[in-house]
Parts: sequence; structure tokens; C-alpha cells
Amino acid sequence: MRDDMHTTPGATRRAVLTGAAASAALIAAAPYAWSTTAEMDAAIKAFTGGAPMKEGGVKVDIPILLESGHSVPTIVSVESPMTAADHVKTVALFNEKNPLPQVAEFHFTPKSGRAWVSTRIRLSDSQRVVAVAKMSDDSFRMGWIEVIVTLPACAEEPR
Amino acid sequence: MARALINVPAKAKRGEIVEVKVLISHPMETGFRMGPDGKFIQREILKSFACTYDGEAVFSADLHPAMSANPFFAFNMVASQSGVVTFSWTDDKDQTQVQTAKIDVE
Repeated sequence: MRDDMHTTPGATRRAVLTGAAASAALIAAAPYAWSTTAEMDAAIKAFTGGAPMKEGGVKVDIPILLESGHSVPTIVSVESPMTAADHVKTVALFNEKNPLPQVAEFHFTPKSGRAWVSTRIRLSDSQRVVAVAKMSDDSFRMGWIEVIVTLPACAEEPR
Repeated sequence: MARALINVPAKAKRGEIVEVKVLISHPMETGFRMGPDGKFIQREILKSFACTYDGEAVFSADLHPAMSANPFFAFNMVASQSGVVTFSWTDDKDQTQVQTAKIDVE
């Protein structure tokens, strides 16, 4: 089911997200267009070129309950030997509910030694954060995490 | 341009995977925030970061407004020879800041 979720937008995903319905209603009232799950899907498709993604091997590490969305410690790692023949080229990070679906793209080389990066990101709401890794053989892998944000970034804006 | 904190181990063993940490002072203004006059504050972010080791690419990143203010990165690097590690940040106006650090490999 998880695989379907990221390739075919529609009723399946909505059913999964019913838990977030209340916050979704708040977002609908926002003064500008917030990115939706469909927008995140479009951003992921733009990155993968529509190629199939395999789930697993990619880990997004964020504390599940966040007091503030302004600076969220995020660690992304991909299992890979990182040799010239088999390494991770790029890891792209996406989110569901920020104004823009993209967060960052991290590019690695065999010189990196490990496909691992620790950084700080902004999250505007409780949502899912998705990482998609492009491997050296041009295949794609993905991993995701669902986090709860009690004080969103952009909180100073009128809603 | 801005103050950057860089942490590269001064010494490493050959072939060791070392951790590099960098932080730069920058507001990363998203362009989605409203100022007191009710107008959106203009977007001003660092759009990319790159790290090279003796001219060879180690790690780079393309950034979007969802990166926090004062972008921080920690990443790994294979210490293969004594050399210079170069860090560069580029902003929306294509201004680039470059800083370097040295690493001794035994």
C-alpha cells in the first residue's frame, strides 16, 4: 500500500491522512496556496522523472514530536557502500505542507565516504517528510517520517 | 558576506571517514513572511553550498526556503591525503563566499 501511496494520488492517500484532517482544514484557510500532497508528488515526479521508487534503505531521522518548526534537526542517511561503482548521487528532501514542497537536494560522491547528512530545516505544520535517493545506477529509493509540530515555522503569519 | 563556523578535524588517519561541520550566519528569508506594512518580505536565501577537497567534490547541496536560518550541515569525508578543504556558499544574487580549512593526514 505504501508504494501506491506515492505513485497514485487519490482516495487511498486521503484515507491515510484522515488523521490530519483538522490541520488540513486550517491550511485551506491560509492566505496563499500551501503545497499539498499532490504538489509534493509533482515535485517528487519532477526529481525522479516518473521512475519507480523502492521503499527502504533511506532513513529520515527527525524527533517525532517537535516544539518548534523553525529549526528542526534532521538527519538523512542512505545505506550504500559509497564506492565508485555503487554510490548515492543525490538525496532530495520533500515535505507536504510548507509553502514549497522542496526542502533541499544533497549531492554525494564516493569521496563522501557515507551518504549521511545532518542539517536543520523549517516545517510549517505536522506533516510527512520524504527523502528520495538517486543511486549511481539511476535507480531511486525512498524513505519517510511523519512528525508532529506544535509551534510551526511561519507562525507569525496571519492564518 | 557572513560569518561562518567550520569544524574540520586537524589530523586524521589515511582512509578514515571524518565528520565535517559547517554553519554560516544567514537569515534565509523565505519570501513567504509578511512585514509590518502587510507586504511580503523579499526572498533572500543561500541557494547552494559546496565542499571540495583538493579540488574534488565531496558534498554539495541545493537549498530552498525550507532550510532554517543560519544553515548548518554535518557530513562525512574520506581523509585520503593532507590538503585543503574548500567551502563555498552562493546566494540568490550569485554572490559567493569561499572559506578553507586544512587537514593533516598521517
